[in-house]
Amino acid sequence: MTLADMQFQVPDLRLASAEIFMLLMACVILIVDLFVKDRKRTVIFVATQLTLVGAAVVTFATSTGEIGYTFSNMYVGDLMGDLLKLLVYLTVIIVLFYSRDYILEREQMARSEYYVLALFATLGMMVMISANHFLTVYIGLELLSLSLYALVAMNRDSVPATEAAMKYFVLGALASGLLLYGMSMIYGATGTLEITAVAERLYTGQANKPILVFGLVFLVSGIAFKLGVVPFHMWIPDVYHGAPTAVALFIASAPKLAAFAIVMRMLVNGLIVLVQDWQTMLILLAVLSMAVGNIAAIAQTNLKRMLAYSAISHMGFMLLGLVSGVVGGDARFALNAYSSSMFYVITYVLTSAGTFGMILLLARGGLESDQIEDFKGLNKRSPWFAAVMMMMMFSMAGIPFFVGFFAKFSVLQAVVASGNLWLAVVAVLFSLIGCFYYLRIVKIMYFDQPTNTTPIHAPLDMKILMSANGLAVALLGIFPQALMSLCAFALLRSL
Amino acid sequence: MLATPLLSLAIWVPILAGFVVLATGADRNAPLARMLALLGAIAGLLVTIPLYTGFDLNTPAMQFVELHSWIPRFNVNYHLGVDGISMLFVLLNSFITVTVILAGWQVINSRVAQYNAGFLIMSGLLNGIFSSLDGVLFYVFFEASLIPLYLIIGIWGGSNRVYAAFKFFLFTLMGSLLFLLALLYLFVESGGSFSILDWHKLPLGLSAQTWLFLAFLVAFAVKVPMWPVHTWLPDAHVEAPTGGSIVLAAIALKLGAYGFLRFSLPIAPDASHELSWLLITLSLIAIIYIGFVALVQEDMKKLVAYSSIAHMGFVTLGFFMFNALGIEGALVQMISHGFVSGAMFFSIGVMYDRMHSRQIADYGGVVNSMPKFAAFFMLFAMANAGLPATSGFVGEFMIILAAVDYNFWVAFAAATTMIVGAAYTLWMYKRVVFGAVANHHVAELTDINRREFLIFVLFAAGALGMGLYPQPFTEVMHSSVNELLRHIALSKIQ
Repeated sequence: MTLADMQFQVPDLRLASAEIFMLLMACVILIVDLFVKDRKRTVIFVATQLTLVGAAVVTFATSTGEIGYTFSNMYVGDLMGDLLKLLVYLTVIIVLFYSRDYILEREQMARSEYYVLALFATLGMMVMISANHFLTVYIGLELLSLSLYALVAMNRDSVPATEAAMKYFVLGALASGLLLYGMSMIYGATGTLEITAVAERLYTGQANKPILVFGLVFLVSGIAFKLGVVPFHMWIPDVYHGAPTAVALFIASAPKLAAFAIVMRMLVNGLIVLVQDWQTMLILLAVLSMAVGNIAAIAQTNLKRMLAYSAISHMGFMLLGLVSGVVGGDARFALNAYSSSMFYVITYVLTSAGTFGMILLLARGGLESDQIEDFKGLNKRSPWFAAVMMMMMFSMAGIPFFVGFFAKFSVLQAVVASGNLWLAVVAVLFSLIGCFYYLRIVKIMYFDQPTNTTPIHAPLDMKILMSANGLAVALLGIFPQALMSLCAFALLRSL
Repeated sequence: MLATPLLSLAIWVPILAGFVVLATGADRNAPLARMLALLGAIAGLLVTIPLYTGFDLNTPAMQFVELHSWIPRFNVNYHLGVDGISMLFVLLNSFITVTVILAGWQVINSRVAQYNAGFLIMSGLLNGIFSSLDGVLFYVFFEASLIPLYLIIGIWGGSNRVYAAFKFFLFTLMGSLLFLLALLYLFVESGGSFSILDWHKLPLGLSAQTWLFLAFLVAFAVKVPMWPVHTWLPDAHVEAPTGGSIVLAAIALKLGAYGFLRFSLPIAPDASHELSWLLITLSLIAIIYIGFVALVQEDMKKLVAYSSIAHMGFVTLGFFMFNALGIEGALVQMISHGFVSGAMFFSIGVMYDRMHSRQIADYGGVVNSMPKFAAFFMLFAMANAGLPATSGFVGEFMIILAAVDYNFWVAFAAATTMIVGAAYTLWMYKRVVFGAVANHHVAELTDINRREFLIFVLFAAGALGMGLYPQPFTEVMHSSVNELLRHIALSKIQ
């Protein structure tokens, strides 16, 4: 090692300024909390939301549109990362608005820790999104996961929540272990953990292929775990079901964006040479997820559990885009395919947030309303919110004019373009099965008589946001072009 | 000067009216909701009239074309246009919407705004289907139109409405998802175009054509519906409220048949020729077998539903004999069936509103208490049986003539419908309307009121007008049908 290599370079902090800002603010809020007497912690809530807005401003201001590396190439700033981070902030802001009342009504959750943990989880997602090093991925992932474990367990007296937290923690730790093991093998095969360097060494053929593929299997398993796709999906239904609804909302939304980012970073940026191997694995995961997710969802009576299985099937569908990028060494379709997946995951997060938000909207006075039965006759109680929920359901089912249709459309288009027609047929058949349980929610809301006829009371901000969320699902379904091309543009500038 | 975007108006005026009606909210504003809905439906009908008066008879090309970029990322365009095949359906649909709004006027008393809005939005979406020239736009309208009908059957339907609504939705969706894949395949094959007109010119090998044809067939056969995927229709009809049945029979069924003309035949002409035996066989099964099934029905709505399937069998038969008389006859039959089946369902609705029964056995001697009604019902029953001078005759006669030209035995089999069709319709009519007064409920029936009279007059004008003077209907079709035949006579295999 020469002296020049050992020189200490001041990292370019500009690229990571949003993360630094987020970390500082999370710590400041934690300290400020010591002096807040207000039981409702309005100051903390506002500060948290402002932090997220501030982070968005910082990200936007420092975004160059170019690919830049910092911290000895452990960290990357690019347009895809910036776009995903902005969407993460937006999602977390929405999530916090939706959950505000819910946590205030629960003694043990009505604490500032909820907001601080949410900020740390957001920071974890930001690190994941910007990782250019396998260990950076791991650090971000652990920061996210640990914050989420704590959030799930926050309602200490709730037995299901504690159980869910335990399950989540044990299985999550196992997944992290798998991921680390896979990374270690990649290190063994290539001698580096820097994602771009791994790609380079693979490209020039300086790697031990069998070890690498072995490592890839573990890596993909770990990713599958975090995405929640079959056969690594077991935790999803239990955690969604057991966790407090506000936390389930959190888990079901923004982390999917971060999970998509690490798939892109590790598999596409790092291991694109092994594309045939990981595409085959992901096809298997995708088909199984669509099958198990859609079929198991039919049998659920708890809405959160049903949405958990629906999430599994949606992640499976999203993977279809990722497996259609490269056909026999021809990467012409890559941009199209990956941006379809990105569009899919973004719109899914938007819809999922709205759906869980709806459960929170109906859960009043410390009671839950997460049974499908609780939505009975919603059209009689509130035609507008029934319509919003209906839009979410039809969007998830992939019926136009809602955005879910164009999400499915763009992914299917990528699959058909890659020539995998049988895969497209499988995908649409399982979508058809999936349609049944979304239709059932519409049926419950519209065809059945209400058992509970009390009108819906909710704070105005939540009502407005919920309506905006519903309208976004409809408007993006009529004008999907802007978001689609934004995804394509971001990926074009980042790959 | 920019031409008025007539087709956009035909689509968006009813949809917008639908949202306005929705905004009236709770049932205390029901009279307002009804009035706005009627105005919206009439406005929707008025904007379609220039489509007919301004229609150029001499060109097979698309008219009133509107082309705007919608989703440039996938080259999807907001591309509208009508030719002689599709134009009449836009008019028919807008006409039927008016009658449907009127038909629910006194009958629907819960969630009135949502009911009327559902039909108006549906009307706009259906117009969108008939005027789309872009595959994705077509599909989006095609699929979205399921939502209002699903809700209408499910909310205002009969006792078994949930089952019927699900069956309707899932059956249709099953077909359309494969159709979506066919569209995506064509998108890739054509090098990135979703324009239906581009696809018409796209050369394709026989196996690709066959697969496409089968994918289209699944989608459209469910919608038509053809035997053996017809089972959703009787359920949907029986459970739907009267308005729902009218739209379903008069318009929704035409979508499948229209799809054959817009997609299957011109995009896969060689496969259409290859597989015409299959389609003709299925059509004949629908005509004969379903005709006999209709004969044994005890529920009037079910009977008319089965008779719709048999009539639609005639339509598909007309398409796949590949001659001008057959296709024009089929188109005439589609329009005529719109009037006649709509009127039949309305007639049954009129009785159901009074008696709350659709069982033939509960009726008898209705003519004694409802003479005006019996006269109208007689007219439509005759039209349903294909009596000359009614619209039902024109289409069937043209198709049978075409069939004689094509193959005597096909014609012979098809012609049996004249007997079977007359048998099930008139036998039902006899049991319901004539004979001794069955019970005191029938004796207490009140005859139709002015609203019902008006609706009957509208339907009767359509059915009789078309039967006596079909020229205005057929003349708009000629150029387009001839062009279509010329197109599908040429092989696409290179």
